[in-house]
Amino acid sequence: MSNREQFRPGDHPNEHFLLTSIVGSYPKPKWLNRAADLADDPESKFTDDHVHEAHDDACRVIVDEHERTGLDTVSDGEMRRNEMVEFFADRIDGYEFNGPVKVWGHNYFDKPSVVDDVEYGESWLVEEFEFTNAAASKPVKVPITGPYTLASWSFNEAYDDDADLSYALADLVNEEIEALVEAGARYIQIDEPALATTPDDHAIVGECLDRIVANIPDEVRIGLHVCYGDYSRIYPELLEYPIDEFDVELCNGDYEQIDVFTDPEFTTDLALGVVDVHTTDVESVEEIKENIKEGFKIVPPERLTVSPDCGVKLLPREVARQKIENMVTATREVEAELDAGEIDLGPEVSAD
Amino acid sequence: MTELVATTPGLFPLPDWAKDELSDLKGHQKGDLIAGDEGPEVVDAYDRARTEVVDAQVDAGLDRIVEGQLRWDDMLAHPLTIHENVETGGIVRYYDNNNFYRDPQVRGELTPSGDVAAELEAVGADAPQAVLPGPYSLADLATDEYYGDEADFLDAVADFLAGEVGSFPAHETLFLLEPSLVENPPDDDTDERASAAIDRVAGATDADVVVHTYWGAVPEKTYAHLMDADVDAIGFDFVTETEDALYNINEYGTKEQVALGLVDGGNTLVESPETIRDRVEWVDERTHTDFDRAYITSNTELFYLPVNKFEDKLRALGDAAALAEVDA
Repeated sequence: MSNREQFRPGDHPNEHFLLTSIVGSYPKPKWLNRAADLADDPESKFTDDHVHEAHDDACRVIVDEHERTGLDTVSDGEMRRNEMVEFFADRIDGYEFNGPVKVWGHNYFDKPSVVDDVEYGESWLVEEFEFTNAAASKPVKVPITGPYTLASWSFNEAYDDDADLSYALADLVNEEIEALVEAGARYIQIDEPALATTPDDHAIVGECLDRIVANIPDEVRIGLHVCYGDYSRIYPELLEYPIDEFDVELCNGDYEQIDVFTDPEFTTDLALGVVDVHTTDVESVEEIKENIKEGFKIVPPERLTVSPDCGVKLLPREVARQKIENMVTATREVEAELDAGEIDLGPEVSAD
Repeated sequence: MTELVATTPGLFPLPDWAKDELSDLKGHQKGDLIAGDEGPEVVDAYDRARTEVVDAQVDAGLDRIVEGQLRWDDMLAHPLTIHENVETGGIVRYYDNNNFYRDPQVRGELTPSGDVAAELEAVGADAPQAVLPGPYSLADLATDEYYGDEADFLDAVADFLAGEVGSFPAHETLFLLEPSLVENPPDDDTDERASAAIDRVAGATDADVVVHTYWGAVPEKTYAHLMDADVDAIGFDFVTETEDALYNINEYGTKEQVALGLVDGGNTLVESPETIRDRVEWVDERTHTDFDRAYITSNTELFYLPVNKFEDKLRALGDAAALAEVDA
């Protein structure tokens, strides 16, 4: 029995149900960034307490914005997180920060160093989840940066190799997910963008995932998000991963890689990116419906989740909102057309 | 007895104040990066930053002083991305790193630009060392939309680099960085041509020329051809890989000078001077060559590091050479 039905809203209008979701990040309201800057400025009267209050407010606003688009599962858009590695490294014992390093041009990130055995220090996401869950009327999805990415995007001073560091971090991710599940979380997404950079390490990611899901109940939905890679280098190996859902961007590449996932048969659920996060052009509902149908080349409707390609934080907020709203509208229309038998699924993936 | 010369392959991190100041002055987008025509405020910021990294090398006791290549927003692709007959395309991954550069699309003749010579003029230190991408790597990083033939393009890039070197002020050493010989090695037909291209650039200077390779060892056949180039030293990355590098040296010989990449340019763990010296001895014991001179260096460029660790590594290199001299 799939664990996806638990996310079907009570008032869902169609027989078919394509789960709609987000990948994670969402544009921060300008005032939130301004509040954070002010708290750093000793001349201003803003304090950390004010920033905390601003984070709470932003979280409520974004959850509400997600709900108004009609999404089936929502998040706080990572309002409290600065960057996908820094945020976690800051909370894990064994990491230290030495300063920014270049990514490209004048874009930098505070790449941390692992200088000692990594250990679970303070809680990572439970508080964020509990607040978001209380603010939301829909189920909340929790994205967590995966251990392989946390290891790859750090300097490793303490472990023999990045695989050993990844496994140690995977045990901590497992501990965090147990705490999240205890707090009520039912939908977790592991983000492993570093796998796209070094696809030959797919077995390390597999071993990490085995550790991550150890003792996590089956009703907890575990997704894996990877983006902007050459998937022929990790397929079909990824089918061995102990996950419920593989989340991938393909809209940006105009679905050129869709065939990669059709042979051999795709055996897990697919979460397919249907709007491009690297263009501010808002895709029309009609266009997105065609993108959703690309997913039926890989899985039948009952195994398709619909999401943006990746986190949408780099888009202007209104563009992000419109893209997600159109995405949900398109999904509901596709469901209705499926109900009416108006979509030919082809012989391979007919819904039985 | 081997003379130990402490140096680096250049491409340093910007001082943190310069990261902020130049981000504000230039911006964060593709079109905001260095095009070779920057205004006086940007020039001034780079001048101050250059002075800082030159002083840091002098203070660390390095025997060769590089300019730091702080303007090289596109890393080793810089000499092309600023060229008037090159257009910059999308952002592409820089080798196997989480770093990106603008794809240089060559759309016209690669005439000498003098850009790197002007940087070197500004160094103002004793024993300056020039740094350039080797012709094979620069051609590998670029997209040819003009020459049409792979061999012609490599030759054109070599002539272009030779022209740049021809306008350099006096320099003690020239480091030609050739990571593509490891990361995307030439095929059987191109091995000889890659070596000849390097030879052509090396011929443009009277200074000692080091062809430095990293992110592993070059394949043996490529290495054998590389030995035909009239350069003074080949550089080896002993951080990433040791066995294949030793094999190349012992099987095919090497030049009378050598460059030893012994300090990890991609990790914040700082090697002690004693560790570096031990590594020099380790290589020495396993090779059958008596080197006249060994450049001791980081394996890779150093821009991957935060500034504090970068400076620590400069000091460790300087101290290691000094330690060894005392011991010898």
